Amino acid sequence: MSNKMTHLDKLEARSMHIIREAYANFKDLGMLWSIGKDSTVLVWLTRKAFFGHVPFPLVHVDTAFKIPEMIEYRNNYAKEWKIDMRYGQNEEALANKKTFSDGNCTRIECCQILKSEALKATLHGTGPRYRFNHETNEYDLEQNPEPFTGVIVGVRSDEEGSRSKERYFSPRDKANDWDVGNQPPEFWNQYKTDFAPGTHVRIHPLLDWTETDIWEYIQREDIPMVSLYFNQGDGKRYRSLGCYPCTFPIESSSKTVEEIVEELKAGKLKTIAERSGRAQDAEDGGLETLRKDGYM
Amino acid sequence: MFNEENMSIVIVGHVDHGKSTVIGRLLHDTNSLPEGKLDQVKETCKRNSKPFEYAFLLDALKDEQAQGITIDAARVFFNSDKRKYIIMDAPGHIEFLKNMVTGAARAEAALLVIDAQEGVMENSRRHGYLLSMLGIKQIVVIVNKMDLIDYDKEKYDIIVEEYEEFLSEIGVTASKFIPVSGFYGDNVASHSDNMSWYTDDNVLEALDNFENKSIEESAFRMPVQDVYKFTANGDDRRIVAGTIDSGQISIKDEIIFYPSRKKSRVNSIEYFNGDVRQSAYIGQAAGFTLEEQIYISRGEVACNIKELKPEISTRFKAKIFWLGEDDLVENYEYIIKIGTKKVTCKIEKIVSVLDASNLNNKIANRVKRHEVADIIIKTDKEVAFDLSENVSSTSRFVLIDNYEISGGGIIIESIDDGMSLLRKQREERDLNWYKSGVTSEEREKLYGHKPLTIIISGDKGSGRKSCARFIEKKLCMEDKKAYYLPFNNVVHGVGTDISKYKDEYTTKEHFRRLSEITNILNLAGVIVIVTIQSSVDDNYKYFFNGNTVELQIDDKDYEYYYKRVLEILDK
Repeated sequence: MSNKMTHLDKLEARSMHIIREAYANFKDLGMLWSIGKDSTVLVWLTRKAFFGHVPFPLVHVDTAFKIPEMIEYRNNYAKEWKIDMRYGQNEEALANKKTFSDGNCTRIECCQILKSEALKATLHGTGPRYRFNHETNEYDLEQNPEPFTGVIVGVRSDEEGSRSKERYFSPRDKANDWDVGNQPPEFWNQYKTDFAPGTHVRIHPLLDWTETDIWEYIQREDIPMVSLYFNQGDGKRYRSLGCYPCTFPIESSSKTVEEIVEELKAGKLKTIAERSGRAQDAEDGGLETLRKDGYM
Repeated sequence: MFNEENMSIVIVGHVDHGKSTVIGRLLHDTNSLPEGKLDQVKETCKRNSKPFEYAFLLDALKDEQAQGITIDAARVFFNSDKRKYIIMDAPGHIEFLKNMVTGAARAEAALLVIDAQEGVMENSRRHGYLLSMLGIKQIVVIVNKMDLIDYDKEKYDIIVEEYEEFLSEIGVTASKFIPVSGFYGDNVASHSDNMSWYTDDNVLEALDNFENKSIEESAFRMPVQDVYKFTANGDDRRIVAGTIDSGQISIKDEIIFYPSRKKSRVNSIEYFNGDVRQSAYIGQAAGFTLEEQIYISRGEVACNIKELKPEISTRFKAKIFWLGEDDLVENYEYIIKIGTKKVTCKIEKIVSVLDASNLNNKIANRVKRHEVADIIIKTDKEVAFDLSENVSSTSRFVLIDNYEISGGGIIIESIDDGMSLLRKQREERDLNWYKSGVTSEEREKLYGHKPLTIIISGDKGSGRKSCARFIEKKLCMEDKKAYYLPFNNVVHGVGTDISKYKDEYTTKEHFRRLSEITNILNLAGVIVIVTIQSSVDDNYKYFFNGNTVELQIDDKDYEYYYKRVLEILDK
């Protein structure tokens, strides 16, 4: 066997190292799982880092508008991979019908309410949080949910401009603010893992991956993906997943992972942004506003 | 298809020496720009009666980057015929040195830009120095703006000579110097008619000639990130996990962990979702199980017993660069992280501080932000490391000041801390030790706990001895094997052949004997409690190896200390 590492080998090793560092340094650690391709690769890398196990909770923010296949997929793999699965939801807003679907706010406002706010409340343990019960296959309401001080997130630096300045370990202060101009240095596999009380950290093991890397890795590792990413015969597939009122498929004939990789490498999607099917991005401010707000 | 080559390059240099221009040219000459983009920017410049600069082109690309295919806030992407490149643009302003270091540390090679008209500036030197400290071995120096000095070979040679001399002083050899005009494209992706005297590689060729390989370091080194055991999921493997910094490891290899010096053999190389493996290599995030179960934890370095031994000490000399907001000062406490080991340390001495602007060493008792210096560090506990000339990756460390990574360094010399003789004796002892037929794991099962040495330290009259008796009794009542071994009993027992008067030599020898007995009791599975006065030399604490905990007693709430012990035993 050769010890020459390929590009994917190197990306994989670095991500695994970072995930293990996060696990060693943060007691209340969680990982966001959006069910999309990036965070599913992240879950896979976690299983690689821990030899088949996922030793910390995965957290999903369920807006209640997710495409049903996504929730089904989440529950199936939570079961199969023995995951400590949690989800949170902005139940108050849903009860008051403060959503875009109900015509009571804009797309961006809806994202802020159902994603950003729900995420904050779920992570901080101030909102309702449910935990998958592996015996009953039901979700139980968590009593006294603990706040997470370290959160692993699947952002990639090629997704959007400011992310290329992100660090692997990115501190956030009490107000959730990210100080782009004054970030900790990172070198020699050493990251900021020492924190003053009250701060928490976002950990980004996928920072160096591109969309093509993600799909090539899915192909190499044969990682099961939710079927929405593939053309089911109508010449359409999703390139990025979200809520059904605001997410639209792109024109693509790709039915398999191989075909998606081909499509990306041939540059067929070069002129279409990855998140072009996400209607909220097109609104004023878009992703930038949401990202600053804590939605990733 | 998975082997498509990628390479990360960092471009550094003094501010305004033309990094953006060189990048812009590279993009243009490799047809990496969106169609019509260059003309569009040139047109805008004309309309605003500004002279065109490639920096504007980069700004324009940043503004509209549809998908970050060409560029984003910190990186530029392009392809040559040979491979894909990611060029990390490191800011030339000194305030952004942290970002320069972060970018450079991710790179496999570097381009360093010097302005032909301005010549070698402070940051040309500082960046060169940092690249060498960060371990980037492949550096190409671009002497840019040759058009401004009329493509004059003599002037170029003077700059090359001056910078080469600087590089040789810091022990670096540049792969190449290239005279370039980024603005006109001379020697960027084509050869230049204006400089027929230069016939070597242009920038693009030099990039393609960088070798894409991780540095092959020989001796196996794996800083242990953790030892995993996921029994709750029905998995009984105990896996030692970490990223291999150097060398390789195979099944059956005999492994020794430093600084604990515990030994075992590799039983299996563990891997999820892949072919069965016999070996693991440099760069991999690896994991292996051991034939004999030993207690080791995060922070140890796994080595191959047949290969070069790392240094073990509490004192060493290092070259550092300082990024902290507060100055680095002598005798102040910092946290040092080497590999996965994290210990408290003191700066024993600042030997010299290098002035990057003139390369002169000066004597100072503090190191200011952005300076580099030679210092002597004294750690609280033993650490395992290598000298940078032997295994560079395990010679590297960072210093943490007030939660922040504030500096980085490489160890150049191990300094005797007065314990090296003892370490040698210990190694010989371990080498010749006749092992028990009952393994430590079997013994633990039998006794229901791990062995442990509890060092109770405190001032005279603080109640150390009473506290030790209290804990001993409580543990025994809980059915644990515990024994309090007072120093006094050693002095009057196995120590009768040497003087009871405590000069440095006799104290050290009495402590050595105390620790040897403690070691034997630990091997027998016993929790040993020893008491020492706070005034005793800190070095003596290193005598106790194995699973050790120190309790500093400052009030008489013994119950509290007992609970601490229970917590540690539970871990």
